[in-house]
Amino acid sequence: MTVRFKQFPGVSLSEEDFRQGKVLYQMDELKAEYAWDSGIAIGAYLAGLKRGVILGVRCSHCRKVVVPPRTVCEWCFRPMEEYVELPDTGTVNTFSLCYITWDMRRISEPEIPAVIHLDGTSELGPSSVIMGGILHKLGEVDPKEVHIGMRVQAVWKPAAERTGAITDILYFKPIR
Amino acid sequence: MSDRVAIVGVGWSGFRPKTPDLSYKELMYEAAVRAYADAGVDPRRDVDSFVTVAEDFIEGTSIFDEYVPDQLGAALKPVHTITGDGLHGLATGVMLIRSGIARVVVVEGHSKASNLLTPDTILAYAQDPVLNRPLRLNTHFVAGMEMHRYLYESGTTREQCAAVVVKNRRNALRNPLAAYGADLSLEEVLFGPPLAWPLGKRETAATTDGAIVMVLAAEEVARALRQDPIWIRGIGWCNDSPSLESREWGNLPYIQEAAQMAYQQAGLRDPWNEVDVAEIDDTYAYKELQTLEALGFCGYGEAGSLLESGAFDLDGELPVNPSGGSLGVGHMLDATGLMRTLEAVFQLRGEAGAHQVEGAEVALVQSWRGVPTTSGAVAILSN
Ligand SMILES: [Zn+2]
Repeated sequence: MTVRFKQFPGVSLSEEDFRQGKVLYQMDELKAEYAWDSGIAIGAYLAGLKRGVILGVRCSHCRKVVVPPRTVCEWCFRPMEEYVELPDTGTVNTFSLCYITWDMRRISEPEIPAVIHLDGTSELGPSSVIMGGILHKLGEVDPKEVHIGMRVQAVWKPAAERTGAITDILYFKPIR
Repeated sequence: MSDRVAIVGVGWSGFRPKTPDLSYKELMYEAAVRAYADAGVDPRRDVDSFVTVAEDFIEGTSIFDEYVPDQLGAALKPVHTITGDGLHGLATGVMLIRSGIARVVVVEGHSKASNLLTPDTILAYAQDPVLNRPLRLNTHFVAGMEMHRYLYESGTTREQCAAVVVKNRRNALRNPLAAYGADLSLEEVLFGPPLAWPLGKRETAATTDGAIVMVLAAEEVARALRQDPIWIRGIGWCNDSPSLESREWGNLPYIQEAAQMAYQQAGLRDPWNEVDVAEIDDTYAYKELQTLEALGFCGYGEAGSLLESGAFDLDGELPVNPSGGSLGVGHMLDATGLMRTLEAVFQLRGEAGAHQVEGAEVALVQSWRGVPTTSGAVAILSN
């Protein structure tokens, strides 16, 4: 139908019209604050990170070791209670070179999010579900050299600066 | 194939004002394990579909469906989340079974209200962003206005509304799951702090944390699983025009419509004589009276004096909110409809203990999504 219109009625809006208040708009800032209870499993995980330790948990039924810990095995729905300390080394399962930041700015040097299959966690199954994956960033590496299967190790914040957060690990770097 | 759908298992966890020891996932898991043990089902093997009710703004996580499967045993299974009350979730479960898509369905609802640090500004996001929200009014004003118009039109008194609080919080003293049991006097309620006049703060339900999980099954499966399934005989839901400017403030036409839908399915003609126990909205005390009238238990403006006569007491003609309701148990956000259904299941199984209604065979459950909505649902259950 719009093809029949050569010229649409009305006036188009410019950035300037908004600035000068010629356009009615509502400016609002959402005040939504949450204090999520971390609970048993994630609570233990975050406390572990503060100590410089990555905690996993073993399923008493299927014997899988997974990270981060959880109170139930999602595959066999049995409780998980056997916590294990894992090494901070692993293998890159997948990664991306990200040329846009969290807040939508273009960057020329990419950020490198990766899933690292931690040593000591369960092996890849035939369906390639990784049970011991940790999502983090890679650092101290040339983006051109990153590859699936690359061996990496965690780089930690100094102990005094750790807060019990996923950012207590700064990034993972290649093991040379 | 039979059209009948039953509740074959129920589970709960939390039911406390704060649950700092557990994450919401762990809270859900605890309720789920209980429900599956109650039903005698293995979620990995026996459940065909899972439904959760949740509102992203309340969770603080968008696309909340993503965070549901693991703790319910639903990984790699059909799962979806409904932004609605627990009764909407229950209705969806019924539809999944009656359409033949599933034979066993799990419905979950939860509240981590204690994790919301700014509940009122989050609730303000339910107001119209252009017409209402710029006025910067605390959303409870909607309840204050509704109560005022309801009292004006129906002749109901503030004392009668306050008596709802006294009744429900006393009932809660008999319910070990209820967080807000209290033995209050009418004066303590009436002369408590105001919230949105004529509505007082003590006439407003405080929130509580908790999770509820229910297992629904088609008739053949239900009969194989247990001797005493609880049948969902009818379930209806309805929304009015949301406009604050032109809604019918003194009445609840959407509850009338939702009730008619449920009554028709259940073949229920005379709610007063056919229903043995009712668990209905009491987010704000006046709402219980206004809702009783909308449900057709009595005429408009009659609920207040019936309440004063003791008709809605635990040993009255129609016990209303024997659990203590939202005022006594605590308001569980969108899990509220399931909280009420849980109580109805206990009543119909004869498992309600000190607040058991003798010989309950038919229960009515009703829920409302709270201010500023006109969104409600009604279910009829029987043993
Ligand atoms: Zn397992």
